[in-house]
Formats: sequence, structure tokens, C-alpha cells
Amino acid sequence: MSAKQQVTDEGSSRPVASGREKTLDNDFEIVAREDLSEVTYLLEVRHPMMAKAAQPGQFVIVIAHEAGERIPLTIADFDRDKGTITLVIQAVGKTTQEMQRMCTVGTRLLGMVGPMGIPSHIGHAKKVVCVGGGLGVAPVFPQARAFKESGAYVIGIVGFRSKDLIFWEDKFKEHCDEFIICTDDGSAGMKGMVTDGIKLAMSNHPDIEELVAIGPPIMMSACAETTRFAGIKTSVSLNPIMVDGTGMCGGCRVMVGSDMKFACVDGPDFDGHLVDFEDLMVRLRRFTAEEDLAMKKWSDDCRMMKAK
Amino acid sequence: MPVQDPLERARNFSEVALGFSLKSALVECARCLECEEPACIPACPVSIDIPGFIRKVGDEDYRGAFDLLSDANLLPAICGRVCPQEDQCEGVCPVGEDELEPVAIGRLERWVGDLAIEKGWSNVPYIEPNGFKVGIVGSGPAGMACAADMAKAGCDVTVYEAFHHPGGVLRYGIPEFRLPNDVIDAELASLAKLGVKIECNTLVGRLFTIEQMLDEMGFDAVFIGTGAGLPKFMGIPGESLNGVLSANELLTRCNLMGAGDFPNHDTPLHLGKRVAVVGSGNTAMDAMRVSLRLGAEKVYCVYRRTREESPARLEELHHAEEEGIDFQWLTAPVEILDGGDGSVRAMRCIRMELGEPDDSGRRRPVPIAGSEYEFEADMVVYAIGTQANPIIGQTANLRMNKWGYIDVDENLATSMAGVFAGGDIATGAATVILAMGAGRRAARSMKAYLGIRDSETVYSGQTEEHTGELFGIADGERNFARIRLAE
Repeated sequence: MSAKQQVTDEGSSRPVASGREKTLDNDFEIVAREDLSEVTYLLEVRHPMMAKAAQPGQFVIVIAHEAGERIPLTIADFDRDKGTITLVIQAVGKTTQEMQRMCTVGTRLLGMVGPMGIPSHIGHAKKVVCVGGGLGVAPVFPQARAFKESGAYVIGIVGFRSKDLIFWEDKFKEHCDEFIICTDDGSAGMKGMVTDGIKLAMSNHPDIEELVAIGPPIMMSACAETTRFAGIKTSVSLNPIMVDGTGMCGGCRVMVGSDMKFACVDGPDFDGHLVDFEDLMVRLRRFTAEEDLAMKKWSDDCRMMKAK
Repeated sequence: MPVQDPLERARNFSEVALGFSLKSALVECARCLECEEPACIPACPVSIDIPGFIRKVGDEDYRGAFDLLSDANLLPAICGRVCPQEDQCEGVCPVGEDELEPVAIGRLERWVGDLAIEKGWSNVPYIEPNGFKVGIVGSGPAGMACAADMAKAGCDVTVYEAFHHPGGVLRYGIPEFRLPNDVIDAELASLAKLGVKIECNTLVGRLFTIEQMLDEMGFDAVFIGTGAGLPKFMGIPGESLNGVLSANELLTRCNLMGAGDFPNHDTPLHLGKRVAVVGSGNTAMDAMRVSLRLGAEKVYCVYRRTREESPARLEELHHAEEEGIDFQWLTAPVEILDGGDGSVRAMRCIRMELGEPDDSGRRRPVPIAGSEYEFEADMVVYAIGTQANPIIGQTANLRMNKWGYIDVDENLATSMAGVFAGGDIATGAATVILAMGAGRRAARSMKAYLGIRDSETVYSGQTEEHTGELFGIADGERNFARIRLAE
């Protein structure tokens, strides 16, 4: 017989752990919020450990509540001193619209996991162009900053549809040696798309070594075409639909050259000249029927709540 | 074993196998021959004292049966449901040698496990903390089993899980009608009672590395049980179409994210009406039966070998056949055809026949020329196997083998001192019970590495003489300082 007692749970003298204790000091609390436009908003989430570990180019998967879906969001900024991760989100579908409504300062996400993906390769290029389109300004910011810190000459190009949608202009400019704004309607900067800005930069600087482009797939594809025959190493950050983000479902598979890659563990950065953007855009339409249904239900629910 | 009616159960997610009644359990126990040298114990990956617990049930000492069971196996309600008993204990039971069925060991284990959950039994011995801090990466069966043993030995155990809910493959992979979430939660609760902490939403390798765990976070030993979830694809034309997905994706959307309940749960699935699943292992069976329950009108199984060679658990295969799945044996996919807007319209396959045996001795299937045919399908699910999860390999300085799995020795030690690994990440895709067995073996090695003398663990079934021991302390258990070599 043993000297140690066999005690059942009824008489246990050992404190019972809840099993879900927080040991890592992260409760996904939203500590700051900024509405950059009617459709774009910024959330700063407290996560000291992730703020320490995050690198440019990485992303997180967020789930807002128990019945929610898991969505990938690029890390737009990280503050290692404050211990926060910044996400910039566009309210385009049910989840992002719901989060726009619910995620105010003091609320918590159910989970935010990361930093995911292979960090961007910030090499020793002397002259680089960092291009951000629409929402893409936010995720390309950490790369621009990292390139500047590595001693490169950074040309920043940002594109928005119009003046009212511009955000982070000063923040971005701070880390650029040259800065070009493009607006579709010409209300600010040069009239045109980011590809026009790239062509301008290329004509002024024949010695550009690398280009990073982040934005909607059609924009990244156009940027890659612009640099294809100029010998500029072009990197894009892909945004396929994801579920786990850890490489176990294959939902984020993309074709890069003749290889199948998983954007969540092999990316999200890939060589823009090899990515099959057509395939990516088709795969992004996998759930359009469900997305419409979810939006309809969401608007109906909102209307019902307002009516009460 | 009473089961739900096949046609009815094919449309609901309630458990298929309804479980023994008390009377049936007692009758079944009486069939055990109580062999002199039981073959069932060594056939069990965690060496449960099978005749022992069966005898206790027969004596109506149900609590005693649970005590015996839980000594060796933390999760009896889970293993009773998902172990491939026909290849393990029941496969060697002498009662089943000729025309009779073997003793229904798995079902009895499940019965005891379920009774324990119902009664709220758990065994929490008074555990003296020993000051060692142990980290477990992955909250699947390997991690859970290792966590339980290390906690029982007095260590401060923390389990890190990437998903927002723990359980690993038990949660995201095995569907509700085979393994209800309540059962997983109950078994996790017993882990919590041992003092194990589970931290979800934590991606080890990226949030912090294994090296950081040892050097900065104060862990004395680490066990890696991250699994082999990376799905394989075939490389045939049409694979990028929007109706093609891996079984892992289908199951994760449905089991973990509640996609069957869309739009009350936000995650969509877009199930087809005519679903073709490629593969015939347990994952394929799960994918097919989930598709039926989500409303598919027709579900096909496409497998390039024969029924005899299907690696699925027999009970699952049997249930799937009863539920009306159309099995296309000796058939291999050739191309997935585009419906025009990125959707799947049909699948083209080729018939196979068994040719000459290959190196493993199995007759290799060869295509029959000219036998290509098409059938309509709007969704194709791949369940053809998986590879190692790449994240730990990408982020830790561990020696990997050429297939991407973590290289371990016979003690499950990796190339980094203090770091052990087991389950699918070390062996390739296998079963829940083998992962648990690996978790327990790793725990034994970790205790030896830390120099913990754990006198309370009784491993039933072992009858070795006292060789290799001095004053009761085995050769394998020794204290030594952990030396980190500079890279």
C-alpha cells in the first residue's frame, strides 16, 4: 500500500485548477480603437508576448466569439513596449461588420493566435519600393519600417480610391525617403493607380532592387506585371481564405509556379512573378453564396434589434 | 451493441453506437476466460489490465474497475470509442478465435468510462509537487496522456494549444457522432483536476520557440505532440477548383467550427449534393458520414485498392456501408472537371486491378487501360493521408527525418536535451491510442531525465525481474545536469 493517500475529488486537499488558467497574460482585450473611415477601423489588442515576437509580414487569426469564424488579419503594427498588436480591418462582410460594431475599447476577442506565417525577408537591398493599396497600406507599413531600419532607401507608394479614405499618411512618410500617394479620382497626390506610381518611381530610379506589394489580389497582380521585365524582385502577401492558419487544412493553398503552397505556413509572402493570381481570385469566391446569406441575415438581425 | 437505425442516423449527429446496458455489460464480462497469460494486455498500447477491470465489472465493483482502468488510461470513454480494437486487444482474444466474437473489450471500456463521467468519478491522488516545470506542445491525445502522467508525478504542467478549444484531433477530426464533445470535455476536466493548465490560442514555434521554453520560460522538459495534420493532395488536374477540399478542412469546419449550423455559426462549408471522397481510411469514413449528415444526396468513396485493404476501423467501415455510401473500390481519380465558374462538375476515374506485389508484399494496383469513366459530383474531398505539421520543424533546431517528422530515439528523446516528441509528429499519421501510448512512454523518459523517482506508478502487466537495479533504483533513472551545447 502506498504512503500517499488516494483521495477522490470530494475530499481533495489540493486546489483544483480550472484548466483554463491564463498563464501567458493575454486575454485579447481591445485597448484602443480608431475609425479611419466609414468602412475601415483600427483595433489595438493587448498581447505583450505576441508584441515581442511579431515580425513584419506576419498575421494573426482572430475569432471574435464562440459562434464566430476564424479570419486571418495581417499585423499592421506591433508595439513591443506597450505590449500591443494593431490590426486594421475593412468591414466588408458579416464578421468584419459585426466586429466593427462590437469591438469597442474594453471588450475582448475570444481568441487571437499568432504571429503566423514566415516573417518577411528584410535583406540588404539598398533601394526598395513598398506599395500598399487601399487596406494594404497597413500591412506594408511594418515592412517599410524594417527596410528603413536596415539602411535601405525606401520609396513608399500608397493608393486609395479618394482623399477621404487615406489613413496613416504621416506614419508611413516617417519611414520613407520618398513618398507617392495615388488616388483614383485625383483628389490627392497623383491621379492614377499604384502601378502608375511604380512606373514613375522606376523611371526616376533605375536601380530599384526590390518591391513589396500588398493589397487586393488584382492590385498585387498588376504590380507584379509592372516589374516583371525590370529585374526587380517582387514580393506579394497573399490573403486566401483560411480556417486554422497552422497548415492542417489546405484551404489556403495557392499555386506558385508549378508548386502548391499553403499560404499560412509557406507564406504569406511569395514571389509575385510566380503566383497564379487568377487561381487565387477564383478561390476567394468559394463562399460568395454563403457570404450573401450571412450578410442578409446580419442586416435583418440589425434591423430587428433597432426596431426593438 | 445497439445502434441507431442506419437511415435515420445518417441524417443526425447523435452518437451511432448507443452503448451497452448494465445487463449486457455483465453478460459480456462473463465471457472473459481470465487467461493464465492474457494476450490482450501486451496487445494494448498502454497495457491496460484488461482481465482485471473486466473482473471488477463482473463483481459489480464498478468504481474499482474505473480505478484500474484510469491507472493506465486517462481517457477510457474516448478510447473505447475510437481504438481499433480488432487490431489490438480483441484481435488476440482467444474467445474470438473460431466462430464466436471476441470479448467486447472496447465496448466494456466505453461502458466504464461513460459511467464514470455520469457519476462524476475521478481519481485525484494527493500529489506532492516536485518543483519541475513541464511544457506540453499540443493538446491532442499524445499531449494529454503525457500531461496526465507528468502531473501525477508532481510536475507543474502547462499544455499549449494553437486552436481556441483543446483536444486536437479528438475535437477537430473525429465527428460528434463517433466521439461527442461532451466526452472530450469530461476527460479534459479530469486533466484539470490533476492541476494541468491548458493555454489555448497559443502557437508554439511562432509565439515563442521550444528553445525559449527551456531557456527563458523556466521549463525543465518539453513534450511535442503537434500531430501530422498537413493534408496531402494528388496533383491531378482540377484540384484548385472551389469544390475540392481536404478531409481535414471539411472536418474542421464541421466539427470544430460548427459549419453544419451555418448561419447560426459563421463558418461556411458549401456542401455539395454529390460528394466524392478519395481514400478509405478512418478520416475518409468520417468525411463521408459527415457529408451524409450535412445533407448530401449521394456520397461516393473512391479507393484505388480493395475493401480488404482499407485501413479504416472495421466498425466505421461497416457503419458507413449501412448508411448507404457508394463504395467504388479499385478506382483511382484522374481528373476533376470544371463546372465553368470554378466549381466541380464531375470526376473522371479509372478502374484498377491488382497486379504484382511490390516491396511491401502488397499487390500493387495497376490501371486498366481504357476503363476511364466519369460520374457527376459537385464536391471532391481528399482523405489520402497527411504529413507532419511544419511549424515546429521551421522554428526549432531539432533534427528531423527526411519526411519532415521529428527524429526521436527509442526513448522518444529528440536531438535537443530535455525535449521529447511522440505521436503523429514522430511516427506519421497513426491512431489516438498509439499517440496516447507515445505520450506515456515519453513521460516515463522525461521522469528519468529529470531524475524523478515516481514510486506510485504501477504499470500493470509488466513482470520483469529486478535486473538493472540497485536498491530499487533502476539504471534508467538517474540525475544528471542538462548541458546545452552551443550551436
